[in-house]
Amino acid sequence: MNRSDIPVRKQKIRRDTTKLRLIVFGTLAGLLILCSIFSKYLCPYDPYLQDLSIAKAPPGSAHLFGTDRYGRDMLSRVIIGSRTSIFSTLLLVAIITVTGTLIGVLCGWHGKKLDTILMRISDIFLAFPGLVFALAVAGVLGGGLHNAIIALAAISWPKYARIARSQTLAQKETTYLQAAVLSGSSTGKIIIRHLIPNIIGPILVTAMLDIGTMMMELAGLSFLGLGAKPPMAEWGSMMSDSRSMMATLPWITFAPGLAIFISVMVFNLLGDTIRDYADPKARGR
Amino acid sequence: MEPVLKVENLTKVYQRGTPGKGGTAVNAVRGLSFALMPGECLGIIGESGSGKSTVAKMITRLTDVTEGTILLDGEDITRRRGSRMRDVYQKLQMVFQMPVESFDPRQTLGSGIGESLRNRGMGRKAAGEEVKKLLLMCGLTEEFAGKYPHEVSGGQCQRAAIARAIAVRPKVLICDEATSALDVTVQKEIIQLLNDLRRKQGDGLSILFISHDIALVQQFCDRVLVMYHGEVVEQGNPDEVIAHPQDPYTKRLIESIL
Ligand SMILES: Nc1ncnc2c1ncn2[C@@H]1O[C@H](COP(=O)(O)OP(=O)(O)OP(=O)(O)O)[C@@H](O)[C@H]1O
Ligand SMILES: [Mg+2]
Repeated sequence: MNRSDIPVRKQKIRRDTTKLRLIVFGTLAGLLILCSIFSKYLCPYDPYLQDLSIAKAPPGSAHLFGTDRYGRDMLSRVIIGSRTSIFSTLLLVAIITVTGTLIGVLCGWHGKKLDTILMRISDIFLAFPGLVFALAVAGVLGGGLHNAIIALAAISWPKYARIARSQTLAQKETTYLQAAVLSGSSTGKIIIRHLIPNIIGPILVTAMLDIGTMMMELAGLSFLGLGAKPPMAEWGSMMSDSRSMMATLPWITFAPGLAIFISVMVFNLLGDTIRDYADPKARGR
Repeated sequence: MEPVLKVENLTKVYQRGTPGKGGTAVNAVRGLSFALMPGECLGIIGESGSGKSTVAKMITRLTDVTEGTILLDGEDITRRRGSRMRDVYQKLQMVFQMPVESFDPRQTLGSGIGESLRNRGMGRKAAGEEVKKLLLMCGLTEEFAGKYPHEVSGGQCQRAAIARAIAVRPKVLICDEATSALDVTVQKEIIQLLNDLRRKQGDGLSILFISHDIALVQQFCDRVLVMYHGEVVEQGNPDEVIAHPQDPYTKRLIESIL
């Protein structure tokens, strides 16, 4: 009697925290995105205004995170940098999710030669170690935020194409799609109305989990000088900019580092939660 | 009278891999011919793997025909594809074996039933009204339009699937093991429903009833084909076939259930 009670209760608690976590991390992620959208209005100072008279000021009441070597307010730079960092990451993830899914669905649905060709291409991309390849691409294209996004997109879409393809193959022969054919729906309509809604779950979960990773990689490329260029405020390049002064002026590295840490963590935790939530076993239908 | 559906020398070979390079070929249907008359109910029986579903899939063009011709209402639809299949599905519909799996899990039953109507240019509202009528006709209530397939029982779901199939008033309805996944009492109800529909539509509705249940076919069908390894081994009036089976395979099939 007592024994059979335990698993039920355990399950209930787990489900409850999933919902709670979803709300908490969803709100936090939402706040970060809002902050990146309205960053212009949230900055206490002009993030690009140089004032050498207050250069290298340590954190204090006037400048919460101190100032950098040109006297720019670090808090304002971190806030304005959220636009570049968070917004570019979301854009990047959106691009790879959409292209990867479209290519994967096309391959899985069409099969034959097209499938073979596109999948071999994705194999080539998957065979390279990711960031190294991105470095090469960014190096060839030259620096700049746009090129960094292109480089990361080029190496990241195959993962999505793989998932979408295998999901499409699994769904292709299902009865409800055949029923839709018999209802006179066109192939395009069947893919958009029936197939994609049924395969998008695991793809979206992967995308959510990828936001954190992509943010790190984008910051990493910028840190190496292949992404955003100074004076553009971007967390990775801000850290790189100040790394020579790490010992004397630690706060300049600390502020963008903290920003990266917090956002990556929030988006990762949100991704984890969404994965738990989407798992039908955890939901107990 | 002209047959509504006429199938001649229908053959299906499934290829696995490349032929000649270690690929195998399964000859699932071999030279099948039959004619379905208006208002008739023709049964096809045979053991698992005898090619019954393959016949249904070829006629509905869900799989390609290797050889032979399919004439629907006098028109050759054997190689037809693309948007012109829409006219074919106006006359030809199918009820699948697994009722719940035959509906999109993310859409309501009403949306599934109304899909063919909307695809034929009916407005959303008019389609909704029509769906309600169809549900009532199939022994369900209007509320089922808003339910999801996993929220209803197998029997209710199969009723909804029948509603979807008759939405476009087809001349030919193929039932591929439409009752096999249901328990015996629900099976009876579904047969009852199909009988009602036949009575209402008279010569307007012909049914191709695929099953491995001889007793069910005997009750419900005017004529029966016995399939074995992709071929018709015997055909005729169900009562006669069961009472005096000529073919050794039919004998075994009947002995195994009686
Ligand atoms: N897509 C396919 N690819 C290859 N072989 C297939 C395919 N579908 C069916 N077959 C083969 O064709 C033969 C006939 O299968 P079919 O599904 O038509 O039988 P069935 O009479 O409907 O059986 P059941 O009563 O189990 O539904 C079987 O040997 C099966 O293995
Ligand atoms: Mg079958």
